[in-house]
Amino acid sequence: MKRVSLFTICFVIFIISWVFLEFVMGGVISKPIPSSVISMYMALILIAILVHVSVEDTRFREFLRPIHETLVDENRHVRRIVLAVLIPLLMLGYTYSNLAQKANPPGDPRDAHPSPPLELTYKDEVIGSMQTVENPHRHYEKDDPEKFKSHVENGRRVYYQNCFYCHGDHLDGQGHFADALNPLPANFQDPGIIPNFQESFFFWRISKGGPGLPASGTPWNSAMPIWEDHLTKEEIWDVILFLSDYTGYPYRTFGEGH
Amino acid sequence: MRCCSSLITKKRLYFILGFVLFGSVLLAVVPAFAQDMTDAEYRPFPLIGSRNAAWIAAQLHLLFGSFILGVPMFAVIIEFIGWKTKEERYDRMAQEFIKLCMGAFSTTALLGGVLVFILVWCYPKVLSKLSGIFGPTMIFYVVLFFGETFTLYIYSYGWDKMKGRFKWVHLVLGVLLNVWGTAIMFVSNTWLTYQTSPATMFGKLSDKTKEAWIENSIAQNPELTRAELLEGVTDKTVIPLHNETTGEFWGTVWEAVNNFTWMPVNIHRLIGNIAFGGSIVAAYAAFRYLVAKTKEEKAHYDWMGYNGNFIALCGLIPLPFAGYWLGREIYMFNNTMGINMMGSLFSWLFIIQAVMIGVLFIGANYYLWSGMGRIQGAEIYARYRPYMIAIIVIGVAIWMTPRTLSKISTASELSAMGGSNHPHLGLFGLMTSKNTVVNIVILTTFLSFLFYRRSGKTPTVSWKGIGNIVITAIFFLGVVSIVVIGIVGFIVPTDTRVNVLTPWQVLVALGVMVVVTVVDIFLYRKATTSGTINWGQMTERSQYVLILLAITFTSLMGLMGYARSGLREGWHIFGVQKDTSVDAFTPALGDAVNMVSIIMVIFFALVGFIFWLGLWGDKKKQPATPIEAEATVESGD
Repeated sequence: MKRVSLFTICFVIFIISWVFLEFVMGGVISKPIPSSVISMYMALILIAILVHVSVEDTRFREFLRPIHETLVDENRHVRRIVLAVLIPLLMLGYTYSNLAQKANPPGDPRDAHPSPPLELTYKDEVIGSMQTVENPHRHYEKDDPEKFKSHVENGRRVYYQNCFYCHGDHLDGQGHFADALNPLPANFQDPGIIPNFQESFFFWRISKGGPGLPASGTPWNSAMPIWEDHLTKEEIWDVILFLSDYTGYPYRTFGEGH
Repeated sequence: MRCCSSLITKKRLYFILGFVLFGSVLLAVVPAFAQDMTDAEYRPFPLIGSRNAAWIAAQLHLLFGSFILGVPMFAVIIEFIGWKTKEERYDRMAQEFIKLCMGAFSTTALLGGVLVFILVWCYPKVLSKLSGIFGPTMIFYVVLFFGETFTLYIYSYGWDKMKGRFKWVHLVLGVLLNVWGTAIMFVSNTWLTYQTSPATMFGKLSDKTKEAWIENSIAQNPELTRAELLEGVTDKTVIPLHNETTGEFWGTVWEAVNNFTWMPVNIHRLIGNIAFGGSIVAAYAAFRYLVAKTKEEKAHYDWMGYNGNFIALCGLIPLPFAGYWLGREIYMFNNTMGINMMGSLFSWLFIIQAVMIGVLFIGANYYLWSGMGRIQGAEIYARYRPYMIAIIVIGVAIWMTPRTLSKISTASELSAMGGSNHPHLGLFGLMTSKNTVVNIVILTTFLSFLFYRRSGKTPTVSWKGIGNIVITAIFFLGVVSIVVIGIVGFIVPTDTRVNVLTPWQVLVALGVMVVVTVVDIFLYRKATTSGTINWGQMTERSQYVLILLAITFTSLMGLMGYARSGLREGWHIFGVQKDTSVDAFTPALGDAVNMVSIIMVIFFALVGFIFWLGLWGDKKKQPATPIEAEATVESGD
């Protein structure tokens, strides 16, 4: 039985990797992966294969042998013609698929997180530096748990009266209106949202809403209202307590180092 | 005579080079002199603009500076090894490194001068503000510079003369050279770190500055009492060193020096210099290897390339840890700046950084694995290679996976994912995942080196079986601990992750490397050598990898410099002196990449020219068979 060439093995590994990412990881196991991310992973897999085959001269020659044979051997004439047709066709298809007009709108070029201002304000009142302002009700968590609970309950009321339409019953960004919005409402159940920011950051985002987003990193397109026009300072701080209490994620703090 | 004439020619060429550069700058600036700008806050630099001019000069100065500060660090260590082992080849290699350094030294100074001229002309007010605060350090800098220059001259020109019983004096000079160099870097770092973080902690302030801050704060807000102001203020509280309204400086020079990011930048650059210097030396050796005509030359430059890469790796391994500390301090200084860096304006730069560091780790490992091809008896380790490649590539894939995919996805892809974060791959974007894989990639690289070191040797100690089991167990436990800490990192508060878990991950990785090295040294102490290293038998591909590593290091330094500097956004001195020039905007990442690429091309052109110039005179002086005896040396480390 003829031994399978190293080139063929590598080619098969490459294709299997793509199938795994595209259909297994991006279908069976999880949700679809964007093509750009798959391309990035496939480039790394290609590098891994090339590193493996090219470290040693003998292995590299073995890897290149079928390519060399295809290019120069007399009895590989048919294979050459097939490739001569197939490669331009594939390139044509790739170019067409990238240039052809699509019904899909382009992706969202905005920054992942808006740059917060240096100063935290509520309407025109300066509360303090974004760096140092703390939730005025946070200390009740230790000093007066009952009072803390009442603030969290107030936050819950504020949330379900105002926020849950977009951010969802379970704070997972799956509210009634979520599907109609782009960008989608924040998912507070995501471990990368609440723990990465201070409470002051959330106060800023809630109070200023979409229109208060900074000029850099546009277009923001956020449908978030300017909540300082509708909520009191205390209500905003309370809803911030509720978000953390419900999800179990603590906000970012800087502890002793701060 | 030949020697003298080549020296004269070299001097003449240096003169021409300096003249052409000076003339170009002068010609470019002349049109601006036609305008009356005596009291101008900014003066435009012709053709390319002030910022670009300062950017190019500063970056080139930094790259050359990094090289000339990094190389003496390992040159003196190699010289010491040569002295102790009495192996001439080490001494010769160290001398060759210093010769490269000598060529780059004058260019570094020249570029520093060009940078100062540009700053004086284009940004007089900024320089006036900085010199008003840092004047004494600038005088100190000049003194250090003289010390560095004369020590380097004596160290380099006295190399042959101090051989023998004065070798120790020469080594002391080498150490002194490094002390000067490090001090120079530390001093100049104060100015630029102050621009980023002009504040320090309350506990570090003198009583006078504390009073000035208290009085000023109360003057600004008369309703505030002293007690109210100091309520909640701890030794770690960030205190600005300027009046926030007038910009008046109220601290001492030392407080300005010892600002938030000074020491992290110092350490990051110190380690970075070693890595960069090693990579440039390795690239130089690779080039010489590729053009070598004789076996001896090939053997010598193969050996030099190996050492250069080893040095670069020694610097590269702790570099991410130092970078992490710097990032942490930036967050500590100003949360907004931290968010801009990692989550907003500069977040994609860190994806590029991950790609480039991935290239460095893959390349460095590739070179080590290629090197094992020239060691008889290294074949037994080849079977582990595919797994190690897989671990490194998966690690790099996780490291470079962005947290938010909205910029690189179509609307339908975002909708199919259920948002801008992928439910599973999005977890790779969090720092706890990235820190975990960085540590594992570092340990895998260390394992590659361990295999390289063991290649061709057979341990003879009676406990070799147990020793190998112990080493395997240490690796296994280390990796399991790093992964477990990484998983716990998802559920603990960020403060705990940053200040407790991540340092523990780093300590575990460093601990594994230290303990395994110690055990391995004892295990292979009386090992028999079953195969020799055939220096000069590397693949040409591996040499191109060394060149690629140097290019990647250079680009990485340029790009991360853009991030460090750009973090100030619209400020010359963050929160103190606003940038009101026409360049008061942060260049887009694409523009920065273009600029860094241009600078990199200029840098390599200059480096190539200087190295060629340095070697020109030496070419005819070299013996026909420079290192014949070393063509088949047995030990590589």
